[in-house]
Amino acid sequence: MANQVSSLSENIVIALNTVYTMWLREMLRFRRSKSRIIGSLATPLFFLVILGTAFNSSFEMRGGGQTNIDFLAPGIIGMAILFSSLIGGVSIIWDREFGFLKEILIAPVPRFFVALGKALGGVTTAMIQGTLIMLIAFVIGVEYQSYIGMAASVGVMLLIGLGFIGLGIALASQIESHEGFQLIMTFITMPVLLLSGAFFRIGDLPSWLKTLVYLDPLTYGIMALRYTLMGETEIPIHICIAVLFLFAAATIGLGGYMFQKAKT
Amino acid sequence: MNTPAIETFNLTRRFGDIVAVDNINIQVNNGELFGLLGPNGAGKTTLINMLSTMVTPSNGSAKVWGADITKNSSLVRKNIGMVFQGTTLDDKLTGKENLDLHGRLYGLPKQLRKQRIADVLELVELDDKADVIVKTYSGGMMRRLEIARGLMHHPKVLFLDEPTLGLDPQTRNHIWDYIRQLNKEKNVTIMLTTHYMEEADHLCNRIAIIDFGQVKALDTPENLKNALGGDVIILSVETRKLASRLLDLYNRNGSAGSVQQKDSSIYITIKDGAGQIPHVLKIASDAGINVLSVDLHRPTLDDVFLSYTGRAIREEETSSVDRIAHNLQARRH
Repeated sequence: MANQVSSLSENIVIALNTVYTMWLREMLRFRRSKSRIIGSLATPLFFLVILGTAFNSSFEMRGGGQTNIDFLAPGIIGMAILFSSLIGGVSIIWDREFGFLKEILIAPVPRFFVALGKALGGVTTAMIQGTLIMLIAFVIGVEYQSYIGMAASVGVMLLIGLGFIGLGIALASQIESHEGFQLIMTFITMPVLLLSGAFFRIGDLPSWLKTLVYLDPLTYGIMALRYTLMGETEIPIHICIAVLFLFAAATIGLGGYMFQKAKT
Repeated sequence: MNTPAIETFNLTRRFGDIVAVDNINIQVNNGELFGLLGPNGAGKTTLINMLSTMVTPSNGSAKVWGADITKNSSLVRKNIGMVFQGTTLDDKLTGKENLDLHGRLYGLPKQLRKQRIADVLELVELDDKADVIVKTYSGGMMRRLEIARGLMHHPKVLFLDEPTLGLDPQTRNHIWDYIRQLNKEKNVTIMLTTHYMEEADHLCNRIAIIDFGQVKALDTPENLKNALGGDVIILSVETRKLASRLLDLYNRNGSAGSVQQKDSSIYITIKDGAGQIPHVLKIASDAGINVLSVDLHRPTLDDVFLSYTGRAIREEETSSVDRIAHNLQARRH
């Protein structure tokens, strides 16, 4: 019995150590890629400034008060989290391509926790990027409802990021080559982004489109961000959080499972 | 420990219709430096990948340091170090960071990790490059770093898959020195694969010659060479056809030793080779075959390989090395 307890605590130490090591690796790599960080901020900020300004002069916002750039900011932050976390998960393809995956797979550590550590590392990267965009948007004039809301939105970013990085890991474990990477980016990110309500209100949509919007997990992420940052949402916040939580748990579980089965 | 460091029991691996490893039974003793010699595609890498738990066997089993490779793979992984054929470093990180991550994955506490990093960097003489990004390393430096990393957790058994593939001769000699030093001073059991004869000859205590997934011969390099029975006479004639005629005549004359043909040359393995040359030349001149050159030497591993597999390893070597080097290049871009 005592033996079992000690081996259980030993296993927990190994699991945590594995997660931390993989997280640390992502952080070390992130620190080295300053140009990538700046590049990853540029696209969402272009969207925010150009689309925000263009929408302002093309449409009248209903309900007054809020400007289009305020409406778009949560959507753009969600978009950045989507891109960053999917790429973070799919980067397992590069690890395979450049051989480092073998170094991880031959180590005497459980693969599920390798995947989890990789996910947490990628999510941390995504959260840093999302937070930077939130702050830059604030500086250029986006008005958030409160500082507490801004802090809470970082938690929402975590949930969104976990969901999509889990999906990325699951896909990368199945895809043997980096040609598949382009396919993922085209056939997943674009529909997920466009259907999410990042760029429009979902209330007045035709019902077929509304159905698709409700099926898109990112919708709940954008709504949760809009709630924390702007104090408004078209879907009750507790539903958003519940869906995001379930989505994250499901994809991380799936990603960890697929990674265990993955070939070198 | 009296049980062998590595022991395989009818170990087999199929990929579709191809039998990459075919019923292999070998034993590697504790502290041995054991070589798997064979051409590319002979099954060496598949064998070593099974022993290191990266590939599961189709049939049969094996034990590494007493642990079964399928039933107890995590224990096997704790006891082994592996240096793969291609690079498996994270080239965006420094040498030291690569080693540090490795130490963490193998559960080394902080102080010990620091100590081991310093130790292995000194061993492979990369101390001054420790904080440089791996991307800027040369091929030889990367290999040395990989060997250093494979040793960091003090494995009982170290697997090296083509440790000097594509390296210049000077770096190759250097790496041979490290391997010897490890084996002697740290008493690490080492199994390496190679298709370089010199490497197998100079480094290994014992060699298994592998071809088409099977062990064709297994012994010390010395015994393998002696087993051929004497010297090797090589006679070159003008054409392949003449060579086979000469071979035929030689056999029909009831001459001693064994004869093999390779292109337009015949290889005669025989005791007292020097004394036999006149006899062979007489057969040739009686038949009116013009002999271009005669060479006599002590058997090398090349001759051993030729006699067990019926072909020279050299024939396939150059092109495949080029191909691999090319692939490695392509991957880096």
